[in-house]
Amino acid sequence: MSWTPAEPMVSLKEVHKSFGTLKVLNGVSLDVMKGDVICIIGPSGSGKSTLIRCVNALNDIQQGSILVEGQEVNDPNLDKLELRKKVGMVFQQYNLFPHKTALQNVMMAPVRVLKQDKAKAEATARALLKKVRLEGKEGAYPGELSGGQQQRVAIARSLAMQPDVMLFDEVTAALDPETVGEVLQTIKDLAEEGMTCILVTHEMAFAREVADHIYFTDRGVIVEHGPPETFFKNAQDPRTKEFLSQIL
Amino acid sequence: MSYKTDLPVMKPFKPREPEPLLGFRPWHFVVIALIAVFGPSLAFAQAGVPLLTPFAVLLDWVPLLLQGFIFNLAISFLAMALGTALGTLLGLGQISLSRVTRGVSWFLTQFFRNAPWLVLLFFAMFLLPFEINLLGLSIPFPDWFKAILGLSLPVMANVSEIVRGAVKSLPSGQWEAAESLAYSRRQTLWLIILPQCVKRMLPPWMNLYSILTMATVLASIVGVSEVMTLTGQALAAEGGRPELLAPFYGFVLLLFFAYCYPIARFTVRLERKFAVIN
Repeated sequence: MSWTPAEPMVSLKEVHKSFGTLKVLNGVSLDVMKGDVICIIGPSGSGKSTLIRCVNALNDIQQGSILVEGQEVNDPNLDKLELRKKVGMVFQQYNLFPHKTALQNVMMAPVRVLKQDKAKAEATARALLKKVRLEGKEGAYPGELSGGQQQRVAIARSLAMQPDVMLFDEVTAALDPETVGEVLQTIKDLAEEGMTCILVTHEMAFAREVADHIYFTDRGVIVEHGPPETFFKNAQDPRTKEFLSQIL
Repeated sequence: MSYKTDLPVMKPFKPREPEPLLGFRPWHFVVIALIAVFGPSLAFAQAGVPLLTPFAVLLDWVPLLLQGFIFNLAISFLAMALGTALGTLLGLGQISLSRVTRGVSWFLTQFFRNAPWLVLLFFAMFLLPFEINLLGLSIPFPDWFKAILGLSLPVMANVSEIVRGAVKSLPSGQWEAAESLAYSRRQTLWLIILPQCVKRMLPPWMNLYSILTMATVLASIVGVSEVMTLTGQALAAEGGRPELLAPFYGFVLLLFFAYCYPIARFTVRLERKFAVIN
């Protein structure tokens, strides 16, 4: 199956997912076009993180279809490694490899997984670290960096694989307030360059500013969605209104 | 499937500086032990007994006993090396994706971990042939070699548990990050997980080595000429004088203490250092 940019880059249809008897996703459908930035918001436990973890097959789904560039993710014969080369992911807890320096964290996967030439991978890694404003921190171990710096290394590490789409799972939730801004700025730069991004976030102001489309989830379903302006000013569903009134 | 580990070393642990007991420092006990051991010999010397003093007798035998002790150390090195190699494989088997491999590795680990060392030693001693014939070549299996095999079995099982415990103690985010970067399972294990485990495994591994070293004297029961066997023979050669027992066995105790105590101290230091880093 060949995919063209006219079709959604990521397309979820009627996705159902449960952990044992607990239903987490209850028929979720959404489309993300190339270059789109979408934000998924909603109360804790509404299935937001699970939703994006299904996109790169960290979690499997029981029913429905997830297409990434036309490739079905809900397929027992899926080549997960090929899928994950196309889909980058950044986590709430950064999950940097603590025994490697910032530079090694960034260049290791390109060298080991993509079999890139070491010198080339290092040059790319240095450029990426510069891009996330961490020039001079190449030799630092994760333990020597602040939360915001670690998260930016994690973003660079993910970008080094040259993914087509990036998943951000509440990447600022574990950060000190003063370092949230630098991470959001990095994501904003990416979005402006045209990177396709799916973000799970609690940063409403940021979502409003950067997103092309907002999805509000509650109890495993998408309750309401729309462009940020209409979504924030003109929410229809009572659940959305209640959530927004608590947060804004 | 995941099992809880009962290895205390895997739990967050901050060792305290040892409290001096009743105002004594460790070296005070060494002095007291020396007096207890050599005091009687001095008493004999002053009583003008025509026999050689126990201390002088011991001195004559020291070279032989040291030789025996070095043999104990050799057994401990080899059993540790063999047990670590086998145990690492078994530990990796315990976290394998294959249910069968996992089950078999788990069973072997639990079986040998819950077996008395002496029984395993007897098992190896009396069930292994004294030589094996391979392609017309007869390879002898001397007693010391069988002792190494016997002692390596419990070491293997404990190393297996140390490996499994260390792997399980890493946050799952490390696996997820590696997976999402398209590392294969093998790459994740060898490049991301195991390098981080080495540090966590070192203290319990050294602890195990200490215990193994002290257990090498079990080999005397099955007739290997290590330090305990030689001590017994030396005492017999001296006509079984009862006043020799304390100095001779005291000397053996001191040898083991002098070897194992620094290892224990070093382990505690490593644990403290890693506790600070984590």
